[in-house]
This record gives sequence, structure tokens and C-alpha cells, in this order.
Amino acid sequence: MFGPLIVKPGSSKNNKTGSWRTEARPKFLKKNCIACKMCLLICPEGCISGTEKNNFDCDLAYCKGCGNCAMICPKKDIEMIKEE
Amino acid sequence: MKEFLEGSLAVAEIVKLCRPGVISAYPITPQTHIVEELAQMVANGEFNAQFVNVESEHSALSCVLGGVAAGVRAYTATSSQGLFYMGEVVFNVAGLRLPLVMTCANRAISAPINIWNDQQDSVSLRDAGWIQFYAEDIQEAVDLHLIGYRLGEDKSMMLPVMVCMDGFILTHGIETVDMPTPEQVNKFLPVYQPLYKLDPQNPVTMGPLVDPEAYTETRFALQKTQEEALKFIPKVTAEFAKVFGRQYNGLIEEYRLKDAERAIVAMGSVCGTIKEVIDELRAKGKKVGLLKITSYRPFPAQEIYEALKGVGKVAVLDRALSLGSYAPLASEIKAAFFAKKKKPQVISSFIVGLGGRDITKDSIKEVLRLLTARERACEFIDLKPELLQENYE
Amino acid sequence: MSEYLFKSGHTACAGCGQSLAARLVIEASGPNTIVVNNTGCLEVFSTKYPESAWGVPWIHSLFENAAAVASGVEAALKYLGKKDGINVIAQAGDGGTADIGLQALSGMLERGHDILYVCYDNEAYMNTGVQRSGLTPFDTNTTTSPVGIQSVGNIRPKKPMPEIAAAHGIPYVAVASVGFPQDLQKKVKKAISIKGPKYLQIHVPCPLGWRHESSLTYEVGKLAVETGLYPLFEYENGVITPRKITPKPVEEYLKLQGRFKHLLNNPEQLKLIQNIADNNIKKYNLKIETQVTA
Repeated sequence: MFGPLIVKPGSSKNNKTGSWRTEARPKFLKKNCIACKMCLLICPEGCISGTEKNNFDCDLAYCKGCGNCAMICPKKDIEMIKEE
Repeated sequence: MKEFLEGSLAVAEIVKLCRPGVISAYPITPQTHIVEELAQMVANGEFNAQFVNVESEHSALSCVLGGVAAGVRAYTATSSQGLFYMGEVVFNVAGLRLPLVMTCANRAISAPINIWNDQQDSVSLRDAGWIQFYAEDIQEAVDLHLIGYRLGEDKSMMLPVMVCMDGFILTHGIETVDMPTPEQVNKFLPVYQPLYKLDPQNPVTMGPLVDPEAYTETRFALQKTQEEALKFIPKVTAEFAKVFGRQYNGLIEEYRLKDAERAIVAMGSVCGTIKEVIDELRAKGKKVGLLKITSYRPFPAQEIYEALKGVGKVAVLDRALSLGSYAPLASEIKAAFFAKKKKPQVISSFIVGLGGRDITKDSIKEVLRLLTARERACEFIDLKPELLQENYE
Repeated sequence: MSEYLFKSGHTACAGCGQSLAARLVIEASGPNTIVVNNTGCLEVFSTKYPESAWGVPWIHSLFENAAAVASGVEAALKYLGKKDGINVIAQAGDGGTADIGLQALSGMLERGHDILYVCYDNEAYMNTGVQRSGLTPFDTNTTTSPVGIQSVGNIRPKKPMPEIAAAHGIPYVAVASVGFPQDLQKKVKKAISIKGPKYLQIHVPCPLGWRHESSLTYEVGKLAVETGLYPLFEYENGVITPRKITPKPVEEYLKLQGRFKHLLNNPEQLKLIQNIADNNIKKYNLKIETQVTA
């Protein structure tokens, strides 16, 4: 007989940590983005995706609103706006 | 094939025949010969294991844990202090349900430091969830390792197995051993097929954090599996008998117990001495017998009940203590008769052979002499009162 | 195989430097990786049953034995003839590396296993509540080296773990930071291309334990390096290759963190910390040489 023992990969996707946000969330302005990919690289959740200029965005289902992406964007193309 | 072998070398031989892929152990008297022999065998190309010279026992069992987790059969051996140093890993392996076989060369526990034989080490870890076997002689020690792999790796079990053999007495003693051939071993012991393993082709997460919502069920499952092992062990030993011709029950052995009026219960090599005393006394018409416990975990309470229920007086020998309370084996034997109608009139508890003190035939006869209508608890045999002092000077 | 390696949905704090570093490491290593993790924040927030953020094979055993368990995994792969092409990473926090895990790490390095060991250095035992570790810097406020009437925090310097690892004679030692994420990934890729034991120490800011804004993870990480307090370098074949900086004064780094706020009006202690930075700059030759133009 076995109890809870091993976990299949990536089941954490069931945990929508976007619900953690209370104050702010990122808004991707998509105006001056140069696709430097720093936001994608620096997000602790790994929930930012994109390939071309002005088409980077984050998955709000998981974004915790830490604000690192807005701090790092060299073109100030990400703003932290008030969470509804 | 019959060979005249030192116990350690016999164990090394059977481990080699079981074809582990990872061996990792840290030297500690009296286990050292086993591991040295395995290292020599690997160096001579006798078999193909990875021999990892770790820097402590904690790392030895951790290393072996990693090997089994990666899907490879593994082996380690230790004693006493080493067993305690790897103590948390012992519980960890059972909780992760990783099968492996470990030899415990039973040795007394510090302080005071003592390198000679008693069973305090393995008995103290009886709660860990491992299957624990106690060998009477070298032949049994050899066979229990082989049985251990077959048993632990079965998909219905997935439990680690500790084969306990008395340090020096069995590890350094020399006996005639009927050593299995590779063909026989391959017939009895299939290739290890893990339930799951660390493999990039099929990733899994092993050892997650389990909170109060789910932890209890992991422990329930372990308890249930140990109980199922009580039925499964005799099945495995029956398979063993078919291939090797040696019959074991796997849980207990009844020696001249059928019409016994007095019985001794014991584990390990002392049973050999007890058998000789029983033969002597039986020749004089005394009705005495032995109940040997082979499987301490899972504890065969039902089998013990059936074997002893008709015996008048029972003496339980413990070679370990549960300081502050009743001796470990004795208290579990008594528990087997709790609320039962048929039971012995007396179950007395005796402490023998601590720290390597010899258990002679006279010691056994002293036990039987003290097995009277007055039930005894923790009666120390062969005690030397002259070494005791009430106040420290 | 899984289509991602370290998935969102884990329960790390917002802005957690360690979750960032762990993702960067596993993305640089790729899907053919087996990870052995010690107990700590990373293990707890990424694998709470029944959820796991890991898309690669992953095992957690105990607090101090990742290096030993990884040794067994590596030995098993060697036995199966499968070691080539599979990276084995053993990872732990600073406690599980420099303190309770030092023995197992040392043994693994000494035996020469083909394993990359990653230390996520957030400079305290964070998972149990911010207690002091052997890698806690001088004058840091932690719960077991607290600031008080007769204390300015931790009185001991950081244990030189990269040097200790290098003293084992291993082929590659590196220090990285989440303030320099591309450099971090480059070092991971380089490490896994080398056979033998490798040690990589990554500075990971902890918004909760260091008491800084969660949006400043990257910034704080960068400043630690740019002040000279956390030198980045590689150590290969007896040669240290530093990442050169234009040094900034230590206050710029310290003032962003609550754990150092007791120092901001303590010029005596600030001087001691600036000395540490200056000594690092000298020792590791960190300063970018400026060209003097006529």
C-alpha cells in the first residue's frame, strides 16, 4: 500500500498565485519595447513571455506583482498600476 | 557450493551475487571486513558496481538512497554509532519507499564506548519502517540478504531491509556455508524494476513537503505494508526453498517447542547456544524449547501467540534495553498475549550479553533456573555487583 | 519530458531571488538534468504536495545530504552507462552548504563526482525564520545575531566558501548573482560543460529576510556586486577571473535593506564594512582600470 509519495511534474500550475496581488500589477505598454528580454529573464515567477518588440506580456494568473520587471525595463515600457 | 568462510566474506560474496550497482559504506568495527572484501572484489573486476568511498555513515546511506532513487540496486553496511549517525536517513529511506538491503553488524552503543556485540543498535531503530531480520548463523545471514532483496524490491512491498548479524560472533566467526551459485541467484532474484526513478525521460518529484492534510496517509500505508509483509515473507521463503532447498519460515523458528513446558525466546546468534542447552536438557527428559524470532519487524505477534500459548513458563532474552521501562522484545512478546484467554502463566524478562559479555551454556541454564512462578522484569544475568557503587567516589 | 523546467505557481514570496536563480539555473542546464535538493525555502515552496514546480526529475532527502545523494545518483548513472548527456545538479541554501551540509559537500568534491553543486546564498537560514548562518555577512541583523544595546549584529565575516571549494582542487568554481542574470546562465552552461565537480555560488536577495522592497531584487543584487561586497569571479586552474566593476560606496547597497538600517548612522561600522569591500576589490582585482587621457 502507498500513501502520497511522488508528484508528477509541473502540477504547480494549478496554484494560481496571481490571486496574491493586492496592490499593483504590471502593465506592458508595448510602445518602446526593444525586446531586450530582461523582463523575461528577471521575473522570479517566469511568467513573462514574448519574442518580438512590443509583444511581451505576463501571465496575470501567476504574477505576484513584485515589480522587478517595471524596475528593470531600460525603456520604462512597463508600469506598475493599481490592482483592481 | 559448500565453503568454509568468515561471516563477513560470506556476506560480501552473496552481496556480489545480488549484483548491486552502487555500494557505499563507511568503515566501523565490526563491519569493516564486509566492505573491504567488496572493495577488493570490485578492484579485481569480479563485478561491476560503483564503489563510493564516502566520508561518513550519514553520507553512505544518503549515497545509496540516491543510487536506488536513480533506479539501481544498492547496498551498504554499518554498526552501532554508524547506524545512529545515519539514523535520520534510515527513516528517510523507509518514508521514500526505496528498497535496499543494509547489513547491521550488531554492536553495543556508546557511552561507554564498546565495540563488542549486543543488539541495542538495530533494536533502537525498530520504529523506522524497515524490515528487520536477525540471523542465527552465517548461513542464515547469507540467505537473509538474498531474501531481503527479493522481498523489499517486490512492487507490493518497496521497503528497505536490515539484516542484523551479531558483530564479531557472526561477522568474524568462520562456518561452513552453502553458498548459492550465480545461476541460482539469478533464478530467485529478478533484475530490479523500480516503481519510479529519476529519469529525464519521465520526470517525477520525489520527497515533496507533505502537510497535515496528507502526511498521515503515508504512515498508514507504511504500517499496512508492514502488516502485509507478515503474509508475504513466508511466500518469499517458500520460493527460496524451491530454488535452494533450505526451508525458512522467515518470521519465527520453533525448536523442540511442541510439548515444551518451558520456553526461551531470543533473537540472533545466542539461539545456537540455546539449542545446544535444549538438546542437553531434552536428553535428560526436561521439556524445554526455543522460539527464535527471525523477523523482528514486521513483528509476528500471531505466530508468536500460536507457538507459545500452550507453554507454561516463557523466558524472553533481550540483548538491548529500553532504559526506564520493560525490555523491548519482552514487552512486545507480552503484548502478543494481551487480552488472550490462552497464555503462559509466566513471561519473564532477562537481560543477557550486553557489550559483548559472553552468553555461555551456564548463562542459559541460569535463565532456566530463574524461570520460576515469580515473574521477573529486566533480570540481568551474569551481573557483576562488585563493579557497582551506590555513590560515586 | 515536460515542456517547461520550472513552472510558475510555486509559493515563493513575491520577488524571491532564489526562485529566480533556480529558474535561471535549470533553464541553462536543460531538460536532461536530475536535481537533488536540500531542505530549505526552495524545496518547500516548489514541492508542496500535491504540487510540484519542477519539470525535471527531482529529489529531496534531508537538510544536509544533497551532495551525498547526488553522489549516489551520479554513481548509478555511471553504472548504467548513462552519465554522459545527463547533468546532475545538487543544490542547497547557504545553511545547507556552508554549515550543516559542509561535510557531504567536501566529500563529494574530494571524490571527484561529475556534479554541479549550486549554493543559493541568501546569507541566513531563511526558511526557518532568518537565523544567522556561516555565510551571514558582518554586522547583519538576524534573529540569532540581533541588533541590541550591546550588539551591532553578526560579528563574524562570511565563510569563504568559494575558496574552500577551490581548495579541493576541483576544475571550476564560480560566483554569480541574480543582479547579473545572463552572466549567471553563462556560468551554469560553462560549468556543466566541464567534467568533474563544480561549485557555483549565487547571491540571491531575499525581500523578506533582508527587508527590502520586492521590486528591488535585481537592483539589490546588482549593488552587492557593484560595491565590491559580493565579488563575482571564476576560478579555474588556479587562476581567478573577476567580473570587474566601477566601485560604488557600500551605503548605496546597505540603505536599501532593513537588515542593515542600524548601520546607517554608525560611521564607525560603515567604515569597517567599506574596508571589507575595499579588501575584496584589492584581493580580487575588481576595479576597472580607467584610461588616463592626456
